[in-house]
Amino acid sequence: MMTTVLSEKMQSFLDGFPTPENSLQLAAYNRLIELDFPTTRDEYWKYTRVGKISNSKYTLPEKSIRDLSIEQYIVSDQFIVIENGLVRLDLSQFNSSEFNIDFKDAEGLSELADFNANLNNEDVFTQLNTAFFDEGIEITIDNKAVIEKKLQLIYVSNGDAVLANNRLFIHAGKSSKSSIVITQIGESGENCFNNLVTEVIVEDNAHFTIHKIQSDNDSNTQVATEQIAQGDNSTFKINTVTLNGLLVRNNINIAVNGQNCSTYMNGAVIGKNNQHVDNHTFVDHRVPNCYSNENYKYVLDGKSTGVFNGRVVVQKDAQVINAYQNNGNILLSDHASINSKPELEIYADDVKCSHGSTTGQLDEDALFYLQARGISKKNAKRILVSAFIGEVIESYEDETITELIQQLLEKEHGWTF
Amino acid sequence: MSKVLLDIKNLHAEIEDEGKQILKGLNLTVRAGEIHAIMGPNGAGKSTLASVVAGKDGYEVTEGSIEMDGKDLLELDPDERAKEGLFLAFQYPVEIPGVSNINFLRTAINEIKEYRKEDPVSAKDFMSMVREKSKLVELDAKLASRSVNEGFSGGEKKRNEIFQMAMLEPKVSFLDETDSGLDIDALRIVAAGVNKLKNENNAVVLITHYQRLLDYIIPDFVHVLADGKIVKTGDKNLALELEEKGYDWLTEEKAL
Ligand SMILES: Nc1ncnc2c1ncn2[C@@H]1O[C@H](COP(=O)(O)OP(=O)(O)O)[C@@H](O)[C@H]1O
Ligand SMILES: [Mg+2]
Repeated sequence: MMTTVLSEKMQSFLDGFPTPENSLQLAAYNRLIELDFPTTRDEYWKYTRVGKISNSKYTLPEKSIRDLSIEQYIVSDQFIVIENGLVRLDLSQFNSSEFNIDFKDAEGLSELADFNANLNNEDVFTQLNTAFFDEGIEITIDNKAVIEKKLQLIYVSNGDAVLANNRLFIHAGKSSKSSIVITQIGESGENCFNNLVTEVIVEDNAHFTIHKIQSDNDSNTQVATEQIAQGDNSTFKINTVTLNGLLVRNNINIAVNGQNCSTYMNGAVIGKNNQHVDNHTFVDHRVPNCYSNENYKYVLDGKSTGVFNGRVVVQKDAQVINAYQNNGNILLSDHASINSKPELEIYADDVKCSHGSTTGQLDEDALFYLQARGISKKNAKRILVSAFIGEVIESYEDETITELIQQLLEKEHGWTF
Repeated sequence: MSKVLLDIKNLHAEIEDEGKQILKGLNLTVRAGEIHAIMGPNGAGKSTLASVVAGKDGYEVTEGSIEMDGKDLLELDPDERAKEGLFLAFQYPVEIPGVSNINFLRTAINEIKEYRKEDPVSAKDFMSMVREKSKLVELDAKLASRSVNEGFSGGEKKRNEIFQMAMLEPKVSFLDETDSGLDIDALRIVAAGVNKLKNENNAVVLITHYQRLLDYIIPDFVHVLADGKIVKTGDKNLALELEEKGYDWLTEEKAL
């Protein structure tokens, strides 16, 4: 008889959670109990310790009718509020004429052809999400639909040490054009763990954009995994601004399955205190004639730490690929640090790839120049930091969102640009 | 006599990290309405003087004092010195990508206004000021709105410094080698700009090691800075003499 050695850590983590009943979630649960939480010996977790998560005793969320103060975070008249992974229809506002929105449990979602198909079976956090999410959201954009309005998902965490598994499945139809905004708000949650999994299928000739704004609470942790599949001639953009959260890990995995695709990833991280922000991106160029561009900027103060890992794979027959990557970092304090790692694996020969990584302090001469014109040191620093992350913020191309970022910057860091 | 705007007494300053003494007992008194030229060989400490007056980090004043219009500058941060009316046109203006020239100037002007308890300048007034002042130094209005000095030619950077001086209307301006890197036409433009900005209530200290500039901006006093001190002071004819004889005779004379 074969026995599996179960990890004690995982067992105690799952202790008290119900065993799921439907086959999709049960399968994920069974994989999960054979897995263990990553350690710094795992290549992709080398600089991020998840002890804060794995050693916590979480509870699963319960339906709430609590009032949430979210007005200030709303950037669109189409929005869905999700509290601890559970949809709050009573606080949401949308009409389904443009985005088709469905709320489904695991059983409902598992009937969809591509649902759960592209996720990594070895990844603890995706399996955890699949095993325990209660309410998934399915968003479908019709073929040829061009939607000006953005759909906003407002994820709110609430309560103490709640494990929220937010699950999103997006299907951007052929030749459609649309974008969504994902805001992660701490609200009154403490020591909560937000575990998000978003699957996106971008069909041929479609344009799809995700704008992420992460402003969690000081004690909350989150792992957000976006799994994207791009069809022929499609364009996918994802912008991520991280302003708060004790531990934030973003996994963006993009499979470029179609030719003539464009892929853009922009990120800005403003860190302070003992925050840890880790962005892992992975662009898999499987076919020829594609373009990808990535630009991540970190500004780290206090004892905050950052990780940037930008992986680009150009498969053997994927010729004529242009892949660009840039990571710039400014350390505002002697105690802040960043680990930056570009990972280019190129198996084709007609490929243009470039990557650049810079880490430094604010330019002292520039600082003095501004001061010598009458600007206080504090404001001079802000001006330089704003200029540094400015190009990332501009990629949001939406004044309402930019204003929200400003507001959150003011709230979390006491300044704006 | 008009009032003293800048009074530097027995200034000793060293490079903080190295403890290397650069200024060794420098005295300079500048009154309202005056133009002073400071000349001297390379490495004499001219830029160091400007940096110390403006409050740049990395220098330690070990002795002496600097007062501007009765205020002790050494007590103030660099931005406060600017707010009190000090201006420094840099020898090497720094490029600041992503920071718009006029936006940062507007921030500066409004911070200065707030410090002086004056009302902020309106967007409209500010823009008409930009138009007027950029004309003064024939700075292309497009340059005025680009990132600070980014991609500017050497001459454009220097004109941008004088444009900023015009915008900020300082009491005391140090112009550090503003003439270097300028061709004769640009030199004329910059000099004409400075002459227009000059009045009986402000003062200009020109740092240069060419006499050429002084044909266009006529100084009331010419000082020679050598080995960290003013070793000789004269009128504009001293500049001509220096042009002819160089600086060696002064340092040798001192050595005797
Ligand atoms: N930050 C610094 N670090 C080290 N040496 C410096 C620094 N600034 C100036 N110096 C030295 O101080 C002396 C005076 O320099 P500077 O004031 O630039 O001269 P000038 O402007 O008259 O040519 C030179 O020997 C120069 O090398
Ligand atoms: Mg010099």
